[in-house]
Amino acid sequence: MSKDNNNAKKLQKPFGVRLKKDLIKNWQLWIMLLPAIIYIFVFCYVPMYGVRLAFRDYSFSAGITGGPWVGLKYFKQYFESASFIPTLRNTFLISLTSIIVGFPAPIILAMIINQIRNEKWKKVVQTTVYIPYFISVVVMVSMINILFKNDSGVVSNFLKTIHLVASDVNILGKESAFIPLYVLTGVWQSMGWNSIIYIAALSSVDTQLYDACKIDGANRWQTMIHIDFPAIIPTIMILLILNMGGILNVGFDKIFLMQNSLNLGASEVISTYVYNVGIKSSQFSFGSAVGLFNTVINFIFLIITNWISKRITGTGLM
Amino acid sequence: MSKATIQGSGIKTRNLSDRIFGAAVIILSILVFVIIAYPLYFVVIASISNSNLVNIGAVTFYPKDIRFYGYEQIFQDTRIWVGYGNTILYVVVGTILNMVITLPAGYALSRKDFMARNVVMFYFVFTMFFNGGLVPTYMTVSSLGLISTKTILIIFVAINTYNLIICRTFMQSAIPEDLYEAAILDGCSHFKYFMTVVMPLSKAVISVLALYYAVFHWNDYFNALIYNSKADNAPLQIVLREILLLNQAFANGNGGVQGGYGQSSADQVKYAIIIVSTLPILCVYPFIQKYFEKGVMIGAVKG
Repeated sequence: MSKDNNNAKKLQKPFGVRLKKDLIKNWQLWIMLLPAIIYIFVFCYVPMYGVRLAFRDYSFSAGITGGPWVGLKYFKQYFESASFIPTLRNTFLISLTSIIVGFPAPIILAMIINQIRNEKWKKVVQTTVYIPYFISVVVMVSMINILFKNDSGVVSNFLKTIHLVASDVNILGKESAFIPLYVLTGVWQSMGWNSIIYIAALSSVDTQLYDACKIDGANRWQTMIHIDFPAIIPTIMILLILNMGGILNVGFDKIFLMQNSLNLGASEVISTYVYNVGIKSSQFSFGSAVGLFNTVINFIFLIITNWISKRITGTGLM
Repeated sequence: MSKATIQGSGIKTRNLSDRIFGAAVIILSILVFVIIAYPLYFVVIASISNSNLVNIGAVTFYPKDIRFYGYEQIFQDTRIWVGYGNTILYVVVGTILNMVITLPAGYALSRKDFMARNVVMFYFVFTMFFNGGLVPTYMTVSSLGLISTKTILIIFVAINTYNLIICRTFMQSAIPEDLYEAAILDGCSHFKYFMTVVMPLSKAVISVLALYYAVFHWNDYFNALIYNSKADNAPLQIVLREILLLNQAFANGNGGVQGGYGQSSADQVKYAIIIVSTLPILCVYPFIQKYFEKGVMIGAVKG
């Protein structure tokens, strides 16, 4: 990146002139890029332009450009609606719990896998923990429904036998059980896959460091804490920023599929709400406004985390 | 394994603590293994067991009263096969389209002499963090007249920015710059260089991306839910949702929610469907696992 910046400084001509020159010189590259540029323009940038719908009344004839300007009417409508506090709270709670529980899990798993000395067993564990990642969300949710079913679910019965869950609780239909269920099954599914990146980082640690540690008399635990862990901190920070940037981007799919009339109080989040009002009930302007609110909050979180991370560790995205 | 013993003080305590540590690692890894593997194993044995026994919790470690009722039911239900067919179409055509768009773009962005690359890169990366949201995207698709067509399910997410970054990073770092200079001296164009030199050298990243995209299309359910309402176009995941989660009756009337025998056989059908729909991915998985890992690592170079 920095090399390119230097190049750019050397050629300090107006952007238009430079672009024209580039178009002539690298026209073949531009052609190769064209399909991607057009696709992104149509399906990402046109909808961004369509965000103006959030500030306008929807009219059928005007379509995506929107009807008359109404300012913040639809935002106010959302903020004043009875759904505002619950959807925002549920979204935050679910994402926050997901990050707090789900973020460290693959790191710990990677550390454990990295410490397994028996290569065959290591391979078996690695192969197994990656598998759930490939299960589709529909299948995942139906597995949850089967395994946690009230009186015949194997897992719910097991949890009741060891008294982790009271015997009269219906896990699938209890509001307070929704978030743990959502988050823990999410960890089950993605922990293995997310650990790959840390395992890769761990395997690239300089082996001389381990030898030095041994000579200093450190045991395996100390080696892990003082050598392995610091080695993956940059990776951890980058992933943490990316995760924080998506704080309100809780997966629509899984929550939508896990929703039932009994847990709706804990499971209605912004994205499912946007789907219900925006697409299902065709309140296009209102849905756009709620969606935009979601995107903006995400963007702010991303910027803040990136800024904090740069301050503290010197690692950042931008 | 350089477990050479070093003479020195404290060697005994270190051995002891290391042994405890080693034991803890093994116990923890076994625990993780069981937690991950058991639910998967359970679905398999439940799919071939008598579902009444499954429902009273008698089936735990091995199948009992083996029967293939669930699988027989699936073979009779045309919805599943229509869904399968559609999904295969979306996976094959969609993935080819993904590759045709992503690979040249990744190549162009990997060229260091391409002056606009940072600007163009920003153009792509920005969409990772900011988007118009569901409703405006839906309106866009709708104004293009693509709602409920097979086309939208094929072209939707024709290029994924994260995959583009993986592609660019790979081509930037794994293909020697000397080759390009030599090719230029021979009067080679970008097109020709891309086709004859870059593509053959990019097999690793091509397989990684094709797999990423294919798994995405296979498991994609969201786009079909939003942009399609025609049963003829429904991919497998939508059909699965109808049967597994909405408890829609089977063709022969079995599988509704009316308890009794209907309910228990419906459950067995569910287990069997889970297996049948996940099997293709799990079958190829062992062969492609190393590519997946490689993909994550290429991507990790520059997130």
